[in-house]
Amino acid sequence: MSTFVLLSITGLGLGAMYFLIASGLSLIYGLMGVLNFAHGAFLTVGAYAMWFTESKLGGVPLLPRFLLGAIAGLAVGGVFAALVELFLIRPLYRRHIEQVLVTVGLALATVALVTAIWGNDARTVAAPGWLGRTTTVVGAHIPNDRWVEIVTALVVLLALNAFLRRTRYGLIIRAGVENRSMVTALGIDVRRAFTLVFALGGIAAAIAGVLSNVYFGTIDPQRGTSLLIFAFIVVVIGGLGSLRGTAASAVVVGLVQQYANYYASSGLGDLSVVLLLGIVLLARPRGLSGSFA
Amino acid sequence: MRRFAVKQALVPLAVFGALAFVPKLTVDIPYVFQSSLDTPGTLQLLALCLVFGGLALTYDLIFGFTGLLSFGHALYFAAGVYVECIALTKWHWGFLPSLAFTALVGILLPLVLGAVSLRVGGIAFAMVTLAFAQAGSILVFKNPHKWTGGEEGLGTDYTKLPAALVGIFNTKNLYWVALAYAAAVFAIVQWAVSSSPGHIWQAIRENELRVEVLGLRPYAYKLMSFVLASFLATAGGVVYLLLLGGATTDVTTANFTLTLLVMVVIGGTGTRWGALLGGVLYTWANQRLGDASGSHAVSSLPSVLRTPLEQPLFVLGVLFILVVFFVPGGLARIGRLRRPRTLQRLQEAMQR
Amino acid sequence: MSLLSVGDLHVHLGESHILQGISFDVAEGGVTALLGRNGVGKTTTLRALMGLVAGAGTIELDGVQLSGKPTHKIVRLGVGYVPEDRDVFAGLTVDENLRLAERDSEPRYELVYELFPELKERGKQAAGTLSGGQQQMVAIARALLNDNRVLLVDEPTKGLAPLLVTEVARVLERVSELTTVLLVEQNLGVVARVARDAVVLDTGRVVHIGPAKELLADRPMVHRMLGVGSAAAA
Repeated sequence: MSTFVLLSITGLGLGAMYFLIASGLSLIYGLMGVLNFAHGAFLTVGAYAMWFTESKLGGVPLLPRFLLGAIAGLAVGGVFAALVELFLIRPLYRRHIEQVLVTVGLALATVALVTAIWGNDARTVAAPGWLGRTTTVVGAHIPNDRWVEIVTALVVLLALNAFLRRTRYGLIIRAGVENRSMVTALGIDVRRAFTLVFALGGIAAAIAGVLSNVYFGTIDPQRGTSLLIFAFIVVVIGGLGSLRGTAASAVVVGLVQQYANYYASSGLGDLSVVLLLGIVLLARPRGLSGSFA
Repeated sequence: MRRFAVKQALVPLAVFGALAFVPKLTVDIPYVFQSSLDTPGTLQLLALCLVFGGLALTYDLIFGFTGLLSFGHALYFAAGVYVECIALTKWHWGFLPSLAFTALVGILLPLVLGAVSLRVGGIAFAMVTLAFAQAGSILVFKNPHKWTGGEEGLGTDYTKLPAALVGIFNTKNLYWVALAYAAAVFAIVQWAVSSSPGHIWQAIRENELRVEVLGLRPYAYKLMSFVLASFLATAGGVVYLLLLGGATTDVTTANFTLTLLVMVVIGGTGTRWGALLGGVLYTWANQRLGDASGSHAVSSLPSVLRTPLEQPLFVLGVLFILVVFFVPGGLARIGRLRRPRTLQRLQEAMQR
Repeated sequence: MSLLSVGDLHVHLGESHILQGISFDVAEGGVTALLGRNGVGKTTTLRALMGLVAGAGTIELDGVQLSGKPTHKIVRLGVGYVPEDRDVFAGLTVDENLRLAERDSEPRYELVYELFPELKERGKQAAGTLSGGQQQMVAIARALLNDNRVLLVDEPTKGLAPLLVTEVARVLERVSELTTVLLVEQNLGVVARVARDAVVLDTGRVVHIGPAKELLADRPMVHRMLGVGSAAAA
């Protein structure tokens, strides 16, 4: 029983990270029609920015050092994403294939750049001791970072939801996901919404990067790429462009991965998630929420 | 089936024919190659270029000619590498039987997986192919029955290979094998594309609906193209295995398929020579940039410039972005600067 | 005085040459009807005016060039659009659909609710759950919220029951008192009721320009240019 609880909470923790990456991917594709392969790079850049900031604040006590690092990570991730949209994506307006290709090139170049500067090896990221300890729930010893991941994802989900439902740009984005050209036919310059969505996606991905630093305790150049695959799977299962679908499928994917890896055999969890994608797509090519393209 | 115009065959014959003489040439080309053309080091690099040139062309068969965006092409290449290696090294089969078996896998695997994947189109198809390739990659890492060697990869049992293909002095033989592969892929793709099914592939790329209206089943033709391309990729995997002497996990990753995409686009998708050119150039650049990073010229640069240049993938990634912006048709179309129709059709296919 | 003038407009979609040199003027005030059989390029003309499809030629609104400008800029110059399939945002509420359309500092909600009282009642309802007729109201209301120089309206009565067709015609009459309208319409009864001028298209070309009443009175011409018989009267 306690193992089950541990697996479930860990699954939710992973799902939290997947959701954070996938939410940006989903909105970007839903609104702009761009499959953003560079999304993992946003995560990696944010995670490294955090590590770098922490390493430069050597004398500062741990908790503020950690928090400042996290904030730096978010900021860098968001700014990087916005700049990418402005200079690489926007000029290729309406040329969707080229936009996708550019993100592929950017992904390769960014990971290479990070490797060039900081090397291939994993770097340790400092985090407050409390995160490394465990809390006992129903006999299960849950590492405390899981709570942080889950709560953060919930907060982001609520915040994104409130943004989409209550602000004008949120309205524009919701409408744009449904019918981009009609939004322009109302006199609205959607391109600003594009940059905003990229920036928001970048921040969410950077948050995932910060959390992954805590979850794994280290950062390496491949982090973003390895998590991106799962994020893609989550987005496609949940329905491109649907925030709620993404959240639901992130939970499912995280849990399935944990349960299968433990109860069946190691590695089978990853395999079953991948096969889940295949099955869903073949059964319902539009994803669970039915909002493809 | 239309007959080949003899004129069309002349240029490729000349090119591949000339390339066959390379191992006989004691010629130094500074900067382009580290050592003379007939040395094992350069021949190995050239062979690698030819294998990837051919592989990129197999990818272009489905991408540029049939209009199918796949993120899982690496799977079939990796199948060639791993199945052949396992058959030789873990099952202790002879060379010919292992080749036959790998060929069989090279047909059956894409037939089954393609039959399933092609039930959907556009983005869904791209994602399903990604999923299958990921599954393959995971399987390799899991190392079932200790066959694949997991993370560390698997070295080939060279005693099972014909003596002519083993050892550094036989690099020229491996070069000729790679050349034969590239030439064969070129010839087969040319022939296929100009055949009747080939015309239908291109028609499917242009307008699938119209093909259906004509009473043809696009599904069957797409599957045909998919199986052919994947089989040729598997063959490339075998050649690659011979060249490298072992199987490594990097050929199973989604990243690997993406580099194929990069090769094809840089070279020029949907053209005769584009993919081949792209594959050769990318491979050459990847290797030479890696060599150059140790060189005097680069190490004397200020570190701001030197650091990124030491990573070939950085240079190639940036180059790729520049190509997409300024020469979206790729190098093969360098005269024509307008956006190639292939990309337009692909965009429409993605939006279905 | 011509409010909107179109000169030698060509539009290619894929391999088809849909509009082959369209030229016409829309006079200020009242309704100009754009007529023609199915598939002649009426909707494409409106979309070209909106900048939603690429076209070559001149398009001038009040002397300002529209051709080549991005859609949102064209709209901001005072062009309202009621598309053929309404294109209301199904996941948004009626209120949100209207709010999204706001452009001016004082959107004309009073006018909109006077014409379409139902929209006020159904404000919180998701637009996707509305009937076809109600969605049409939202689509028209959206264009009316702002003080536009011209409204481009594409087959507003398509698929509507006869009672609703009358409603739409009534609304169009009211609207035409406030703004110039370029109306694509297959229902000749509606055209007879509201239109002042008529422009007829056939396979991508203009084949007739003249007062609407004259055209509609000429039965052989109507038959020849607009297809068999004439659609049900409003």
